[in-house]
Amino acid sequence: MEYLSLFVKSIFVDNMIFAYFLGMCSFLAVSKNVKTAAGLGVAVIAVLLITLPVNYLLNTYILQPGALKWAGLPDVDLSFLSFIVFIAVIAAIVQIVEMVVEKFSPELYSSLGIFLPLIAVNCAILGGSLFMQQKDFVNIGEASVYALGSGLGWFLAIVSLAAIREKMSYSNVPPALKGLGITFITVGLMGMAFMTFMGISL
Amino acid sequence: MTLKETFLNPILKGNPITVLVLGICSSLAVTVTLKGALVMALSVTVVCGLSSLVMSLLRKGIPNRVRIIVQLVVVAMMVILVDQILKSFEATYAIDKQLSVYIGLIITNCIVMGRIEAFALGNKPWPSFLDGVANGTGYGLILIIVAFFRELLGSGTLFGIDILNRLGYVPNNLVILPPFALILLGCIVWVQRSIQKDLQEK
Repeated sequence: MEYLSLFVKSIFVDNMIFAYFLGMCSFLAVSKNVKTAAGLGVAVIAVLLITLPVNYLLNTYILQPGALKWAGLPDVDLSFLSFIVFIAVIAAIVQIVEMVVEKFSPELYSSLGIFLPLIAVNCAILGGSLFMQQKDFVNIGEASVYALGSGLGWFLAIVSLAAIREKMSYSNVPPALKGLGITFITVGLMGMAFMTFMGISL
Repeated sequence: MTLKETFLNPILKGNPITVLVLGICSSLAVTVTLKGALVMALSVTVVCGLSSLVMSLLRKGIPNRVRIIVQLVVVAMMVILVDQILKSFEATYAIDKQLSVYIGLIITNCIVMGRIEAFALGNKPWPSFLDGVANGTGYGLILIIVAFFRELLGSGTLFGIDILNRLGYVPNNLVILPPFALILLGCIVWVQRSIQKDLQEK
């Protein structure tokens, strides 16, 4: 039951995009059509699902104050290293995902363009690890459920924005607002709508 | 492209936020007060310029496959430098302690990585440095415009000095919330593209 409420909470209440506005750059740039958006969404879920549990283990057994007890060093506090360790893990995993996508789906690789390497600097990924550190999950299962939930939330957000943008191409937008301008405003309105989920406790 | 064009282009025509759609996340988080925006703008300019310079110097020695990790390490180093400098001035200029978190998130600011990928890896050190500084400046310009309106309308102050409240203005809380920053960005894009018609999307 706890897993389920954590899962639902991380999708809707703590939505990466509409509650924390993390990962906006690729969210705005790769949401022109639903297919590419879904591709990037899946890539983000995959990267989150791998990096978050790995970072959880690193945080619990190496970085936290007192985490090195198993090595006989109970007084060592390496938490100041967490930033660089997390980002190194993320970068390495993104590089692997990039190679895999390039090998198995060149079509997706070329349509994602520069935004595939930029997943490494997608704030949603690093943000996920930093939130994980704050939330004090008791075991690796919770960390993985949280990763899946927040990844799915990001996926939902980018796919729905892409769907709205596809529909919007038929509407009569002022020429100067076309494309980026109206997208900003749309996301702002979607953000206000998602604020209704705030304050719901599960 | 001449050096002058390299420097001026990112500030107006190729502005990282309104044209390239990079670095949106932090522009939502740090623009509640004008002071925060100014510190953030300066830090990003320094980090962006210096890491472009270093990456451009290293560009011939780095195998393509591991470039993301090298980039992140260089950027993280620059961010730690800026963070330490800011910490030493924290007491003198009363810089918000909370800003330190966002300074850390410069590592995941897409502008820095995006310019390294798109410019510094293929150009000589001096133009790369200029490109980095100019992109930081273009980013800062938008940040300061957004922060100006948000602080004025959201708290009725500028740099913490009371401007509108004494005239009987009631601060509008909606302006403080992130969705409004997006709508404001949309309006900035609208104004910019009404003036520079060649930027309009078809």
